[in-house]
Amino acid sequence: MMVAWFKEVIFPSPLELANGKIVKPKRSPMVYVLPIIFVLILISMEITGFDFMVLVNRGYQFFVIIGRMIPPDLGFIPKVIQPMIETIMMSIVGTLVGAFFALPLAFLSSDNIIKNKIFLWVNRFVFSIFRTLPILIIALLAKYVFGLGSFAGTVAIALFTWLIMTKMLYELIETVDMGPFEAVESSGAGRLKAFWVSILPQILGQFISFILYNFEMNVRSASILGYVGAGGIGLLLNEKLGWRQYDKVSTILLTLLVTVYAIETLSRAIRKKLS
Amino acid sequence: MKESILLAYKKRPRAWILNLAIFIFIVLIFIASTPYIPYKGIQEKSISIAYSILYGITQPDFSYFLDFSKGALPYLLLETIAIAFLGTLIGAVFALPFAFLSARNVVPKWMAHVGTFFIAVIRTFPAFVYGLMFIRVTGPGPFTGVLTLAVSGIGMTAKLFTESIEDLDMGIIEGLDASGCTTIQKIRYGIIPQLMSNFLSTTIYRFEINVKNASILGLVGAGGIGYPILAAMGAYRWKDAGTLLFGLIVVILIIDYFSGRLRKKLATGQ
Repeated sequence: MMVAWFKEVIFPSPLELANGKIVKPKRSPMVYVLPIIFVLILISMEITGFDFMVLVNRGYQFFVIIGRMIPPDLGFIPKVIQPMIETIMMSIVGTLVGAFFALPLAFLSSDNIIKNKIFLWVNRFVFSIFRTLPILIIALLAKYVFGLGSFAGTVAIALFTWLIMTKMLYELIETVDMGPFEAVESSGAGRLKAFWVSILPQILGQFISFILYNFEMNVRSASILGYVGAGGIGLLLNEKLGWRQYDKVSTILLTLLVTVYAIETLSRAIRKKLS
Repeated sequence: MKESILLAYKKRPRAWILNLAIFIFIVLIFIASTPYIPYKGIQEKSISIAYSILYGITQPDFSYFLDFSKGALPYLLLETIAIAFLGTLIGAVFALPFAFLSARNVVPKWMAHVGTFFIAVIRTFPAFVYGLMFIRVTGPGPFTGVLTLAVSGIGMTAKLFTESIEDLDMGIIEGLDASGCTTIQKIRYGIIPQLMSNFLSTTIYRFEINVKNASILGLVGAGGIGYPILAAMGAYRWKDAGTLLFGLIVVILIIDYFSGRLRKKLATGQ
């Protein structure tokens, strides 16, 4: 029974249709994919030293810290507000600056506007390399250049947003209706002017929704920025984690949760209105 | 004719008031933010540091790539990929129940709200906080990295899974129902084929992110290439940092390329 089932999966037998035509079903790709994934899992477990028994025996340790986080020290909230505002400000300014510079770069990276293939290819390749840099590394570099503090964090957010937003934007620009652009161009306008009057209005709604999305993401990643000393709520979080004051840590995380939730709700409402 | 055109032109929407309002709003935000973001000038050695890093990345020491001993660059990269791979898979498996429990077309509305809130809570904890928690369980090392990525990935993966579940075409399932299929057959032929490609695509995307996140694991000593990079930067060994970063960038570019192609294939069905 089992063998027959396996045989059917690996070598499916041909089916005869009502009109006498014989159809050979395609072999499911899972036949190759699953064994490969299984082998990769075994190799990865070997490399990472994955040991299920450790989890069973010591897994409760994970909840020790969570236990110490409860109840959160609510009296600490007034001290969290100030850094939280700082983080929000860093995210707003960073996101806006990043978005501002993303538009021209996206213009220069869209294959329906720039016709020079070599320029386009080099441009995209260079920035795809920059895009691989994790925000943590960007924040560290910004810290080395601008010193400890929220200015470095803002620069890191701006750079990160700029790189990601550019990709989102040029992928969007490549899908717009080129009719108006060609019409404006044929009436004698330059490419920049044509882009401004015919493509920008088409992408503006999406552009704003990208800005909001990035803003949300940047508030979330603010905790990492603090870890390297780049200001905001993360700095406070890092300090309290270092001192093992877990009830204060949970207060900070709670504030972050409420803030992110509020921003998400607000931005979802705005995005719904835009679309 | 001409007059009517002129009239229509005169009645064109005046966007400048709105534009001006947005402009003023943005300027106000920038002014309001200045006390929070003080500019303290550029660090003294910054230019030379930035130059050293760029130099390190553009002129990597290729002898690093030929050292296959444990703890050398190729092994670290392999370890990073292994951590990300295992972490992504475990995270995706755990994300499945959360996703189904917060999909509006599967469970009652209040349950979906609870589910989405729970996912939001998981997402709020930064990855390195999970890392610190798991270090108590498994000690520093790549195993901690796997668990950290698994748990911190649940949030995003579950959210994207939920979206694809909510996009399910119920007509197909009703059709199967009408032709007399059993529940198992409905799941096998109606639901799995619809969800599989989306789920796989999300998982591959998360794998991409997890490889990039390897540097964050370095903050808590949870294995992979992150810690060596951060240590090299902290000790001002820019050439080392640049070379390690170069290795990571190459790996990420390769993974990005293949995952992009794979996801395109999954999306278009071919």
